Amino acid sequence: MPDRDSRDLVDLADIPSLAPTSTAAPVDLVSAEGGTPLLGRKARQGKLGVIGWLSLGWLVLISLAAILAPILPIPDPDEQTASLARQPPMTDGHILGGDGLGRDLFSRIIWGARASLTLAVCAILIGIVVGGLLGLVAGYFRGRTDGVLTAVFDVLLSFPQLILALTLVTVFASGEGVSGSRRMIFLILALGVVSVPVLARITRGSTLSWAQREFVQAARSIGARNRLIMFSEVLPNVLPAMFSVALLGVAVVIVAEGGLSVLGVGVQLPTPSWGNIIAEGRSDLTDSPHIVLWPTFVIFLTVFALNYLGDVVRAHFDVRESAL
Amino acid sequence: MSLGMLARRVAHLLVVLFCVTLFVALLTSMLPGDPVDAISGFASQEQKDQLREDLGLNDPVPVQYVHWLGKFVRGDLGNYYSVTGSRPVMDRVKDALPVSLQLMIYAQVLALVIAIPLGVMTAYRAGSRFDRGSNATAFGLLAIPNFALALILAYYVGVRAGWLPVQGYVKPSQDLPEHLRRMALPTISLAVAQVAVYMRLLRSDMIATLQEDFITMAKAKGISPRRVLWRHALRPSSLTLLTVAGLNVGALIGGAVIVEVIFSLPGIGTLLFQAINARQYVALQSLVAIVAVGYVLVNFFVDILYAVLDPRIRHARS
Amino acid sequence: MIRSRRRVAPPPSGDFTSTNRRLLEVDDLKTHFRTPRGLVRAVDGVSFTLDRGRTLGLVGESGCGKSVLSRSIMGLLPSTADRSGEIRFGGIRLDELGPKALRDYWGTQLSMVFQDPMTSLNPVMKIGRQIAESLEVHTDMDKDQIRETALSLLRSVHIPEAERRLNQYPHELSGGMRQRVVIAIALACGPALLFADEPTTALDVTVQAQILDLLGEQQRERDMAVVLVSHDLGVVAGRTHDIAVMYAGQIVEMAPTRTLFAEVRMPYTEALLQSAPRVENPSHTRLAVIGGRPPDLIDPPKGCRFAARCPYVQPRCREEQPPLIEADTPGHVFRCWYPVGTDKGREALEKNLAAELPQAEAAVTGAAVAVEAS
Repeated sequence: MPDRDSRDLVDLADIPSLAPTSTAAPVDLVSAEGGTPLLGRKARQGKLGVIGWLSLGWLVLISLAAILAPILPIPDPDEQTASLARQPPMTDGHILGGDGLGRDLFSRIIWGARASLTLAVCAILIGIVVGGLLGLVAGYFRGRTDGVLTAVFDVLLSFPQLILALTLVTVFASGEGVSGSRRMIFLILALGVVSVPVLARITRGSTLSWAQREFVQAARSIGARNRLIMFSEVLPNVLPAMFSVALLGVAVVIVAEGGLSVLGVGVQLPTPSWGNIIAEGRSDLTDSPHIVLWPTFVIFLTVFALNYLGDVVRAHFDVRESAL
Repeated sequence: MSLGMLARRVAHLLVVLFCVTLFVALLTSMLPGDPVDAISGFASQEQKDQLREDLGLNDPVPVQYVHWLGKFVRGDLGNYYSVTGSRPVMDRVKDALPVSLQLMIYAQVLALVIAIPLGVMTAYRAGSRFDRGSNATAFGLLAIPNFALALILAYYVGVRAGWLPVQGYVKPSQDLPEHLRRMALPTISLAVAQVAVYMRLLRSDMIATLQEDFITMAKAKGISPRRVLWRHALRPSSLTLLTVAGLNVGALIGGAVIVEVIFSLPGIGTLLFQAINARQYVALQSLVAIVAVGYVLVNFFVDILYAVLDPRIRHARS
Repeated sequence: MIRSRRRVAPPPSGDFTSTNRRLLEVDDLKTHFRTPRGLVRAVDGVSFTLDRGRTLGLVGESGCGKSVLSRSIMGLLPSTADRSGEIRFGGIRLDELGPKALRDYWGTQLSMVFQDPMTSLNPVMKIGRQIAESLEVHTDMDKDQIRETALSLLRSVHIPEAERRLNQYPHELSGGMRQRVVIAIALACGPALLFADEPTTALDVTVQAQILDLLGEQQRERDMAVVLVSHDLGVVAGRTHDIAVMYAGQIVEMAPTRTLFAEVRMPYTEALLQSAPRVENPSHTRLAVIGGRPPDLIDPPKGCRFAARCPYVQPRCREEQPPLIEADTPGHVFRCWYPVGTDKGREALEKNLAAELPQAEAAVTGAAVAVEAS
């Protein structure tokens, strides 16, 4: 019996928590959660509890901060004041002190939110749109189309994610005289490319199971065109699964950018990102740990909030699904 | 496993290897502008032309690929180019590879050693305070970026408390205790995130297994709960965990690169970092090739392993 | 043999020590499960006794509590269960033992054979090891002795090529052989009391008889007491000394086997007997079905629990729950206000037929009728 028969309903490979039968697993991006318990009973039922609201609140807060950064009453993130260099928090009214080059850390973190969040959201959007579309097509049409697309996903997933992103950014956007915006664009593209196969597989799995349902057969039987069915019938049901993974994905990309910054190919300085503030702060770790610790804390809160909400969303739709 | 299944998997492997190596082989030609300028801008025109010829950049794509693949398979990983001359990449890779492998293996082992008992215990006491506390901690740990954790550990444990060194590497054959001391912090940094993932995975599998009839039957034999847990429940539950541990090598590789850089360990990750900074694209290409191909092969073997272990279980559980 | 509640005189042999055969005494056993919906009263006041060398059949439909009863007596309940009542085993109060002490009894004095041999054997452990485990834990035997014992156990349950089987895994054996292995494991340390919880339900009909014969044979050889649980009257018919019929968590009738079949009193038992297909009937005879469903165990009705489906039901049945009372034959108790085979019962049935009560008509004609559970 073929183990990757495209006539199978749901490919085990598409459930992140179960070991796949193919040569690649989306374990990195979706940290093997599926089915494991969440914090608190409310979360398990798919409802926002106290933690859920706090998480949401935090995300709204930093998003607003990021969007409104230019008009907020904070110091210029690029302005260097020698006397401020490496000073601890609450020096001269600088809430979080200064970084290695005498720039206001608080301000840089807020502007860093702009870069990190923009990068993460855009990259995942690419993943959702491209990956989601490809996954939808693969899962809906199956057969040959599915075979080819799955092979493509497999090949992409055969690279360790960080290495692939690293390679793409290095090759295309790290030479002499590369501009900050070029770097940013390629960061988005690279991280987007890396997230496409993951989202594609989730979507494909979800589509495979939904496309078998009766209401789709019913739509087909009245002669509705495939495209219409795909988008109006199947897609709405597939979106929740995608959304949950997307939230988790944003968290992963934020962290990935940090890793790339440490390796020298993150967001181009002097534009701050959470990752590159930490990377820059490495050299001052012994004397001024706050430069590393504060952005770390901010990333921690953000990733925590995204993970938690991602789990709640998934539980919410799982609960609804099992009640059907 | 049947010969047919094996053949299909091998075919799959070959296709993937082909695509991966093709992509890597063409990396240098994908550099914006003139690749040769990027690689050795300081060289004279003659040298550049020679280099272009050597790298096969004048040839059509299929030839380039075969050319590169031939060299790669023979161990010719290209050179580092600098003003003072060129040195083969392979020399440095030979010394760096064991370091990286040690780091990843240590981290994986440490993660499993911690995660397995925790997973078993939290499954057994599901719903208790211990369980909820562990889960919350795991959830929290997953939210700390690995590079930040490495830096924080390096700072607090290494510099402030001075318990463990934060830089450098010593070969185990030279001085085993010192080797272990230097590898300690990097290993812990890498293992922490894995612990959280593995623990939760094992826990959920164990909880499902503990509800099975044969566990009740084992209990009815009068054997102690500890024995039931470890000798009866663990084995069937551990299959997914072991497979995920195998496939998680990808995350481990990415993490290892960062950890090596932070702790100045002379592994493949550091080489990668140096190649990027020094714009040594040929070296970069070879290093990426090694990592990618290695990862594909590991996945392949884990796949086979799972299929070998699985049918019996699948059959028995159906 | 029977322990009844409240209104009944104690059985003749009141002095238990003279007859050393009394093994198990269960007194007013209740097992309730705490669930989000409420307290499920799976076993709601069961009492009986069992002697060595005797087999008690425990019969009832799904959900009546017979499996829970076995596990309650053994003590194999999840943490959501609350158990009350007294369980005396050879004089020891089992219900007062802590988990550790109880474990000393499991496998050695009390054993259980589960329903589905496929799922009750560990799929990744060799048969030999699973048998040997009880011996390892409970005895001082060395490896060779254990191996010899395991082999002889396999032979005593009539498994051919015992040596080879020791090294095999469960999925390499057929269903019948697996159940033999399960029996071998249960008997490894020579228990005095064996619970066989639907031991043949998951097996082919042809194999069922073999397994039941095996159980009977082992019982005779070892002078064990056996509780044979089944939903199938045919299984318990020829192989038990006494039968207890359970419904909605209570024993509704208990008697020596022959007496039960000959002098059935409780209408539910009668209905069970009627619904069993008989070989003598011509082909295509419609199977009699007991219409309706068992009552909700979270909120059982205040009267007789079978009232909603009973052909003999009268107003009193819905108000007062009948206690267990003795019938004419000693050792026979039942729970009914208008029992089968008595004048009161006959009148009740006629009244219901006249009133065209569906379940009464169904009982008489044997046709299937849908009756709403109250």
